Amino acid sequence: VSVAPTGPRSPLTHTRERLRRGDAMFHTVVAATSVLVIFIVAATAVFLVFQAVPALRQYGIGSFLGSDRWAPSEATPTSHKPNPYGILQFIYGTVLTSVIAMLIAVAVAVAVALFITDLAPLWLRRPLSSLVDLLAAIPSVVYGFWGVFALLPSLAPIGTWLSTALGGLPVIGPVLAGPFFGPSYFAAGIVLAIMVLPIVAALCREVFTIASVAEKEAALALGATKWEMLRMAVLPRSRSGIMGASILGLGRAIGETIAVTMVIGNDVLGISASIFHQGATMPSVIANEFTEATQPVHVSALFVVAGWLFVIALIVNIIGKLIIRRAGETIA
Amino acid sequence: MSTGLLDPPTQSPPLSPPPYGTRRRFVNTARTTVLALVMAATIAILLWVLGYVAAQGLQYLGTEFLTQTPPGNPSDPGGGFVNGIIGSFIVVGIATVISVPLGVAGAVHIVEYGGRMARYASFFTDVMVGVPTIVTGAFVYALWVVYFGFSGLAGGIALALVMLPLVIRATAEILRLVPTEFREASLALGITRARTIISVVLPTAISGIVTGVMLAVARAMGETAPLLLTVLGNDLFVEFNPTQRMSTLSLQIFGNAITGFHAAQARAWAGALTLIAIVLIFTITARLLARRGSIGKGRQP
Repeated sequence: VSVAPTGPRSPLTHTRERLRRGDAMFHTVVAATSVLVIFIVAATAVFLVFQAVPALRQYGIGSFLGSDRWAPSEATPTSHKPNPYGILQFIYGTVLTSVIAMLIAVAVAVAVALFITDLAPLWLRRPLSSLVDLLAAIPSVVYGFWGVFALLPSLAPIGTWLSTALGGLPVIGPVLAGPFFGPSYFAAGIVLAIMVLPIVAALCREVFTIASVAEKEAALALGATKWEMLRMAVLPRSRSGIMGASILGLGRAIGETIAVTMVIGNDVLGISASIFHQGATMPSVIANEFTEATQPVHVSALFVVAGWLFVIALIVNIIGKLIIRRAGETIA
Repeated sequence: MSTGLLDPPTQSPPLSPPPYGTRRRFVNTARTTVLALVMAATIAILLWVLGYVAAQGLQYLGTEFLTQTPPGNPSDPGGGFVNGIIGSFIVVGIATVISVPLGVAGAVHIVEYGGRMARYASFFTDVMVGVPTIVTGAFVYALWVVYFGFSGLAGGIALALVMLPLVIRATAEILRLVPTEFREASLALGITRARTIISVVLPTAISGIVTGVMLAVARAMGETAPLLLTVLGNDLFVEFNPTQRMSTLSLQIFGNAITGFHAAQARAWAGALTLIAIVLIFTITARLLARRGSIGKGRQP
């Protein structure tokens, strides 16, 4: 039974045409949202630079990185030199607090992830990973508030002990020089460590679960203990995955704002070698001064900080993403 | 990889266990104990944070806190954060309304259509996840606040930008789990691609999408930094109009916590507990939904 051939103006063709057009329109709409995502990232860069132009024009592009002294009260509408808005100490603060955080968080996250994927009793694995994930759900402002009132008092004995016992040593002495007052790079680093821990742990867990079961069983069959199995069959293959996870965690630590602002002490006047000294990071100075910026080109200078923060965060995240992607390919 | 394991034992007394066995067993016990202790310490920190906030917050949390605005003078006792709680829901609501349709559409393009533009979008989604939220706040300040002033709407846009990549990622992940056979079956019936996506693919993935959205909402609820630069805060009265300056719960916690007044800090603790409760309700509900409605499980008889 053959269907009668339909002419060009028949209702069926008409319907088909209408559907095809709707189909194409749908495709265009969803494709437009893809373009929007790309556009948003590009627009972020453009608008940050746009707002930073007054400060850049007055003091020159390079001068912001040439000073570690941020003194808005010395800014005048006309002077060009010296630049009162040095931002080197913020970059230093961001790097130092993130390094402290990563030193702690990566070790702990690897341990936690190993324990959850390979050591914990089966019934306990899911609850444990949910609990670690809960650490990521607690808002930044709560971590900061808790940090000021609960963490700082408990860190005081550790900080005081470290600074008195090791502060006089030749090489690491300046890094640990006291006195310990509470708000400091060190305290900010600890809070950051707690905040990035669940992120790094979750990624590590993913990395460890794709470790080859055959190799793990082979190690155990050869008489390896559980620890030896982890060391020989799980960790070596996971090294680049752990690296990628750490760098993505680092990206998070670099941009963390409110909790750091509350526990770092907000000293914007220079670089201090001691981790027990008060300081500031790039996000913290923006959060702290933005709404109260009253000096000439003050807001614009904060946009310079935001612009550099954007650049640094982008580089770190893209590197982390590439490493993770490559790690996933070599393992899988 | 060094394999001390495979080296033959230098001397193997057949009856007693080899001497290095005890050492290896000791190392094993020591290392696994260390891992267990680190795990326990991590859980202890979680309980410490939650317990401390609960202990401090419960001292003031009550009907007055949930129904009053803060007193005009921050050092005065009493009052509450009702304007912040309402503001948080309005601002996050705006962010959800903006980010969910865009996020789902973006994910549909990335997963269902593919192509070079989709790959770029996928890459830029990852880039967007990595943008510090304070930078997002600064962007929205430059884009919106400079021209239209501080407002709840500006905050909603900022949070939408925070949520958008999270929604795209979660949706894309769940769309990849929808079996190809579903799409093929629908297309074989002569149904168009758009209709297949709307009527077959998205309904199959709906519970996963809802989970992703709820997690993004939980994240947005707790954000403070971008709101500082966009909605600014308003401690005086309840504001329902999103074109005006608003307060949010997170901003009020921040503002009251750093005052140094005991009464303000008491309010901030109650606020912190309320915020954690809201965030946890969203997070836990999302996880329960994900467990129950995941694709491939529990749907087939």
